[in-house]
Amino acid sequence: MFGFLIRRLFVAIPTIFIIITLAFFLMRSAPGSPFDLERPIPEAIKARLAEKFHLDKPIATQFGYYLKDLSKGDLGPSMKYKDKTVSNIIAEGFPVSATLGLSAMSLAVIIGSMLGGFAALRQNQVGDFAVMGMAMTGISIPPFVTGPVLALIFGLYLGWLPTAGLDRGQLTFTHLLLPVITLALPQIAIISRLMRASMIETLRSNYIRTAYAKGLPGYAVVFRHALRAAILPLVSYLGPATAALLTGSIVVEQIFALPGIGRQFVMGALQRDYTVVMGVVILYATLIILLNLVADILYGVLDPKVRYD
Amino acid sequence: MKYFSRLTLGLIAASALVLSGCGGGKEVDDAGLTLHRGNAAEPLSLDPHLSSGTWENNIIGDMFIGLFTENAAGEPVPGMAKSWSASEDGKTWVFTLRDANWSDGVPVTANDFVFSLRRILNPDTLAQYASLLFAIKNAEAVNNGTMALEELGVRAIDDLTLEILLEYPAPYLPGLLTHYTSMPVPAHVVTEKGSEWIRPENVQVNGPFKLTEWRTNDFVHSVKNPQFFDAENVCLNEIFYYPTVDNNSAERQVREGRLDLNTDFPGQKLEFLNKQLPGFVRVHPYLGTTYFSFYTRKKPFDDKRVRNALGMALDRDFMTAEILKSGQIPAYSLVPPGVANYPKGASVKWANLSLDGRREQARALLMEAGFGPDNPLNFEYVYRNTRDNPRVAPAVQADWNDIAPWVNVTITGTETQILYANLRSGEFEVSDGAWIADYNDAQNFLYLLETRTGQMNYAKYSNPEYDDLVDRSNKELDVEKRAALMQKAEQIMLDDMPVIPMWYEVNRALVDPRVSGWADNIVDIHRSRYLCIDRSEQN
Repeated sequence: MFGFLIRRLFVAIPTIFIIITLAFFLMRSAPGSPFDLERPIPEAIKARLAEKFHLDKPIATQFGYYLKDLSKGDLGPSMKYKDKTVSNIIAEGFPVSATLGLSAMSLAVIIGSMLGGFAALRQNQVGDFAVMGMAMTGISIPPFVTGPVLALIFGLYLGWLPTAGLDRGQLTFTHLLLPVITLALPQIAIISRLMRASMIETLRSNYIRTAYAKGLPGYAVVFRHALRAAILPLVSYLGPATAALLTGSIVVEQIFALPGIGRQFVMGALQRDYTVVMGVVILYATLIILLNLVADILYGVLDPKVRYD
Repeated sequence: MKYFSRLTLGLIAASALVLSGCGGGKEVDDAGLTLHRGNAAEPLSLDPHLSSGTWENNIIGDMFIGLFTENAAGEPVPGMAKSWSASEDGKTWVFTLRDANWSDGVPVTANDFVFSLRRILNPDTLAQYASLLFAIKNAEAVNNGTMALEELGVRAIDDLTLEILLEYPAPYLPGLLTHYTSMPVPAHVVTEKGSEWIRPENVQVNGPFKLTEWRTNDFVHSVKNPQFFDAENVCLNEIFYYPTVDNNSAERQVREGRLDLNTDFPGQKLEFLNKQLPGFVRVHPYLGTTYFSFYTRKKPFDDKRVRNALGMALDRDFMTAEILKSGQIPAYSLVPPGVANYPKGASVKWANLSLDGRREQARALLMEAGFGPDNPLNFEYVYRNTRDNPRVAPAVQADWNDIAPWVNVTITGTETQILYANLRSGEFEVSDGAWIADYNDAQNFLYLLETRTGQMNYAKYSNPEYDDLVDRSNKELDVEKRAALMQKAEQIMLDDMPVIPMWYEVNRALVDPRVSGWADNIVDIHRSRYLCIDRSEQN
């Protein structure tokens, strides 16, 4: 187990390096630069700005500079925000995105797996169709529709919850509820479908029939034997999905005016703020790798057939 | 599990009920004299020398006051200048400063102004907007690095007397000096803290509000500065500025009462908002024009008959009334109406013809230029793929294709900043674009088409007669004569049609009627010191 961990971490380093390299060169190959604005900057100033950020040098040299700073843990200054560094921006935005993402994911896992399990136990009955119908609706209606609708109903018409924003920078329950639900809805749908499929498959396997044959009560079979196996596909889905939610959802952050890094990432890409985009990519890549690792370890815990050696 | 299914059914039923009955429930917070200002975007910097956005100006202008500032109506009024005089040739201006302090109690002196103007023009400051001050003597050379900072034509005669020398008489100087590029920064703080001076913990201001907190993408918070020279007339105690990038979300926040105002709203919702939020909707002409440019160095756009033909065939009334739908005015000149010192304005000659008449004339002009069934006119029109532009482009294409069956236009959407980069380097045939003036003067529009403007003259229009007239207007001290020169220049340019004026811009805002002191104005500048909010009134 320990050897497995070490090996995985060793593989992670070149993986992250490749991602950094790809992201760096892809970003630079996009047309334009951070200093191509609607209003042009005088040539002399532009040249000095380019010099400041090493943009005047060959791209390979620039990459060298970037890696050198990165090895010291320095993500560099933002090329657009003159008064802030990339670390400042991520440090301010990530807690918001992470809180939002984790809450949404927890909600989605709890409700999604309950709904999925429920549907599987009533396969091809009214309950199943109702749940799966809701799931299909959840997948088909995108957050940029559900978000504003929820904000209108609960924020404006009922006046129960704020329509957007935070409470002066504080993450409070009422301010996060609507964005969390908006973000969780499609995930609930996906998870319940995953859960239903794998639960149905598990319920047909021999050891479940054996368990029933031994005379175990229904709930014991389902919760002690079936659930553990049925949840496996979910675990492998959750790794990358959590990473995606943690690093923010551009749509939900935009609709609810939340200061997360998802919005920052997209703005950065559009404005060619190279360093901000790179910073978020690195964070994202690291999270995906870590969470996949966690998923793999959980596999070993949940599935007696998996052994790491 | 049974319980759960009942719960879900209950939820469905509940949401159905909610959808059918829409009761109003507006939260009125009891924050008193706190203003919540929706401010369109996240500031990239709050340093007046490093900023370049109108949304940054909204915050910065509440923090710093230049020699001149804006009144509630957006007109230039004395700020830090108590009195001033200009020499006969209009090139030497002497300002007497009022007795005022920075927020830490240190007096604001003429040296702060000298320090600030040198700072923004210092090439090491990397100010993107320094060129706006090139009217100041030697400013351009200093900014290029070819002349020492000390050579800049600005000097402190004593603590409260400042002298500014100009390259040419600029009658619009007071307007120009309201701009954030010429706002003073506290020399004592900047010298000590360097680039960190603008951080909330370090900054000192001479304006009505002082920055206290800035959370990226969340809000900027400022509180009243008791040291401000006119503090007794400032009503608000604190202001929150929110980067309301999504104007649909901002509109909901205004309706909820979370925002007291927002400097934009979705244009196509004008009618709906007029009904939903009576008294909130503000639409006012703005200091900007949307215009299309021809790359006049390329055939066939080097022919003014072709340019005029394409210019007259566009149905501006349809585009503004049916597509944009938020008050934009069809444009037949480059300089919008209502611009200062330019009462009469020019206009294209065919402005009053019917669309059919114009289309016919356009066809005739194109045939005269050699186009016809055997020699079709094919070209590409590029547009910015943001805001309303993608909805306008097909109408433009249709109008041009309707001139004759042998006119074929392809349209291509492009990212805004890429499009402007292409415009500057001349990689286009016909393109849309817009200009929002830096200060309220016709000269700021006309300079766009001067030969010496270079890159920003997208059309690469070059007409010695036009250049000469604009140049003379820059040197003319008499306001009326100056206006006449500019008008003549604009008329020559419009006849040549290097650019097609499309519509004059409007500024849109949602302002809670409980906010007082908000006056619609052409420069769209609304300083918070004039605003107040009465929360005792319900709406």
